[in-house]
Amino acid sequence: MASLDDLKKRISSVKSTQKITKAMKMVAAAKLRRAQESAEKGRPYSEKMNNIILNLSNGISDIENAPKLLSGTGEDKVHLCVVMTSDRGLCGGFNTNIIKKAKIFFQKILGDGKTLKIITVGSKGYDQLKRVYGDNIIERISFKDSKNVNYFDADKVGKIVIEKFEKKEFDVCTIFYNQFKNVITQIPQEQQIIPLNTSEKAENSSEDNYEFEPEEDEILSNLLPKNISTQIFKAMLENSASEQGSRMSAMDNATRNAGEMVDKLTIEYNRSRQAAITKELIEIISGAESL
Amino acid sequence: MSEEYSLEIVNPEKSFLSKDDVTEVVVPAFEGEIGILKDHISIISFLKPGIIKIFSKSGEDSYYVNDGIIEFKNNNLSILTSLILNLKHIDKEKILEIKKSAEEELSKSEISDQEKYLLDQKIEVLKSIN
Repeated sequence: MASLDDLKKRISSVKSTQKITKAMKMVAAAKLRRAQESAEKGRPYSEKMNNIILNLSNGISDIENAPKLLSGTGEDKVHLCVVMTSDRGLCGGFNTNIIKKAKIFFQKILGDGKTLKIITVGSKGYDQLKRVYGDNIIERISFKDSKNVNYFDADKVGKIVIEKFEKKEFDVCTIFYNQFKNVITQIPQEQQIIPLNTSEKAENSSEDNYEFEPEEDEILSNLLPKNISTQIFKAMLENSASEQGSRMSAMDNATRNAGEMVDKLTIEYNRSRQAAITKELIEIISGAESL
Repeated sequence: MSEEYSLEIVNPEKSFLSKDDVTEVVVPAFEGEIGILKDHISIISFLKPGIIKIFSKSGEDSYYVNDGIIEFKNNNLSILTSLILNLKHIDKEKILEIKKSAEEELSKSEISDQEKYLLDQKIEVLKSIN
């Protein structure tokens, strides 16, 4: 059995860890509220953008000459995966869930004999993927320095993706991120952004005849790159809300576990203290008897 | 008969502005400025850098936009833009910063004619603000 001193030290160390996890939980809760707000505020933009694009692509006359970003290259050989994770750890299963989802997808692609290229956004994703898929990672991006998620960061990622597409470095692009449902549930998502999935009907897409200025094709070719950035931005917002939510529940659990541990250790400490006193008493009494 | 319609401006971060009493909006569309009044035909267009002027019952406002898309339908005008600034309380330094980065971009050699045109336009507009 550990000595009294050791137990005492352990109790105090567990207690101070508990303080840290409690503080982290508080911070995460405060950040979560902000992240959630901006995720909600960002929704109208991406929804409107999506709607306009759907309206446009429905109206497009010449499918053959449609912009490549919409219709794809016609091939399905090289897949680019953008895996979006956080830059910080201690957030429960947040990063692992995205990576797990992504790995299943990677195996499917490699199993089909296709080429896989990976861009990691956020340093944690890179750390987890580099061992197995190190050779496939063509770019790693991290926004450690920017405090809040902002559009210009997303735009940077979007530009990289588009540049690579124009150089014909890949045919299909998929992004991986966590969708924020609530504090306890975050759903890892895979979303194909190139070529765009236009099978879903635009809501309130009437037979409206829009006037286009300039022509549809030209608007589309201008709009689609923006849409890529917007989708990535949306994913980043969802991700940051998920990260904070996940961290909050993870830290809440950690705090509770630390509490249980302190209780157990305290009982053990009291028992061994009692045992030591009893032992000392016995020694004194038997010493006195022998006199 | 009322001559008003509703306007919504959104940027990626939030819904920037929402108004119900707009009488006319002038936007810098790609092929020239368009003024939009009530009952305009449904239109989709995109913007070049320039000034949006909004005339409403409560007064007149001007905003600088970097780019954007507009959609007008059923007397609802939506403007999506990545960067929008109110000209009333504008930050001079911010304008200079945008102008500088545009000029840097312009000095690069591998840009297309369209990009060059847009950047020229941007610098022009920014100059006129200062």
